[in-house]
Amino acid sequence: MSDGVTPTGALEIASCVMFLVGLKLMGKQATAKLGNVVSAAAMLLAVVVALLATGVDFAVISVTVLIGALIGGFAAVRVKMTAMPELVALFNGSGGLASLAVGLIELLPDREVALTSRITASAAVIIGGIAFSGSIIAFGKLSGKINTKPIVFPFQLTISAISVIAALVIAGFSVASDSAFWLLPVLTVLAIWVGVLSVIRIGGGDMPVVVSLLNSYSGVAAAFAGLALHSPVLIVAGTLVGASGLMLTNAMCKAMNRSISNVLFAGFGSAVDSGTGAQQTGEVKPINPQDTYALLEAARSVIIVPGYGMAVAQAQHAVKELAAHLIENGTNVNFVIHPVAGRMPGHMNVLLAEAGIEYEQLAEPDDVNPTMETIDVALVIGANDVVNPDARDEQSSPLYGMPIIEVDRASTVVVLKRSMSTGFAGVQNSLFFRNNTRMLFGDAQKSIAEVAGEFAAD
Amino acid sequence: MTMLILVLVLSSFLGIELIRRIPSQLHTPLMSGSNAISGITIVGAIVATSIEGQWASVLAVLALLAATINVVGGYVVTNRMLDMFGGKKQRQGGKP
Repeated sequence: MSDGVTPTGALEIASCVMFLVGLKLMGKQATAKLGNVVSAAAMLLAVVVALLATGVDFAVISVTVLIGALIGGFAAVRVKMTAMPELVALFNGSGGLASLAVGLIELLPDREVALTSRITASAAVIIGGIAFSGSIIAFGKLSGKINTKPIVFPFQLTISAISVIAALVIAGFSVASDSAFWLLPVLTVLAIWVGVLSVIRIGGGDMPVVVSLLNSYSGVAAAFAGLALHSPVLIVAGTLVGASGLMLTNAMCKAMNRSISNVLFAGFGSAVDSGTGAQQTGEVKPINPQDTYALLEAARSVIIVPGYGMAVAQAQHAVKELAAHLIENGTNVNFVIHPVAGRMPGHMNVLLAEAGIEYEQLAEPDDVNPTMETIDVALVIGANDVVNPDARDEQSSPLYGMPIIEVDRASTVVVLKRSMSTGFAGVQNSLFFRNNTRMLFGDAQKSIAEVAGEFAAD
Repeated sequence: MTMLILVLVLSSFLGIELIRRIPSQLHTPLMSGSNAISGITIVGAIVATSIEGQWASVLAVLALLAATINVVGGYVVTNRMLDMFGGKKQRQGGKP
């Protein structure tokens, strides 16, 4: 940073400020869309500034950017809202890959860059590699291509620790020597391996936390690449993402009453099949759509608790229709959304918004829990762990301590479920066996449509 | 380097302050929006195309491709999500 501000320097400062403003605007419902546009404009400006640098290869850049934009844009336009978490994980992985590659370039032999740049470049390689492979594994788990249960094997944490240390040592060597080319593929493979090891042991139920954390990593990797390249805009944008991702991760952990280390290292939900909290047996009481209709028809106050099951069944539009019938019938309807319902932070909000459900109808657990006794019917659609009363009552349950939506205290609970299988966390749910619980088995979309049909026929 | 590290430290505080107390409804768009920002490495990738050498060129193209997918895909998907949030009537006079 020399004296005086060059024109490109001024543009770069403008770009940094626009990133800040954009992120700030994204924090409010009314201005979120504008915020995203401002942030995209900041990115465009940063790209223009980069193109002004001497010696860049325009032919290569235009072809590559065109291909990348087509792939990314096509995927973004075509993806179903239910598959959004997987896609965001994939995008995040590609961001990590980019930082990994840029870091490697700075470490190549004969680059003659300063020692500090080599150090930060090696950090970009390691963190970028973890963000890349971790995101790919998260993608696999979110889309069900990889077992969603935690994959745990003996000495896993020890192996992880050794791998991390090995990566750091190799990074040290490749920083110190600028001619040992062969160290770079070793470093890359180690970083990718650490990312795989870290994420395979995390259960599907914790994916909202992991996705936010990996998002944070890819930002930090970009910031380190920025330190290596002496690029302020890379540092500012990367750090903003890193810090905001950490805040979001923290919010998710709070919503589950777990620490981040518990999420990352505990192999949560892997040992449940062999006991803990799974003893409840007894009769469940099934109900059919007609009786559900009768219950809802007579109810004055209804809450609807959506979960990932609603997303899988694509039931959000049918749910919206049912809610409309209920409101027409004079019933008070609220949607109660748990912060970790679904597969990424805020997943349910996106789906309900897609179906056109009003923002004012959405409530958080704390809004309804204190007055749960006044609710006549709680309709649980494909949610499981977030309404499990064991989280409140059973110290032996792996979910114990997680804040839940206490639907068991409502007069009647109707649970829509495909079968008696456990939730994503693999934990049994005593809610299903309670006296005031009725189980409406079957495909959620079909069931809801049938109940709504009864209203329409009325 | 000192100045750059100072930039990093200050930005991290800014990032934390900016994201404090975000309504949970906005978690998903915020995450996918900030995910798009993490594609900022596109800047490094563009500059890296000027570096001589076979390996540097290959890595620069790889970085550029990956970062572009991240940036374009991230912004488009975030915009799609926010479109749905604002698709129906906003709260009357909800502008600050």
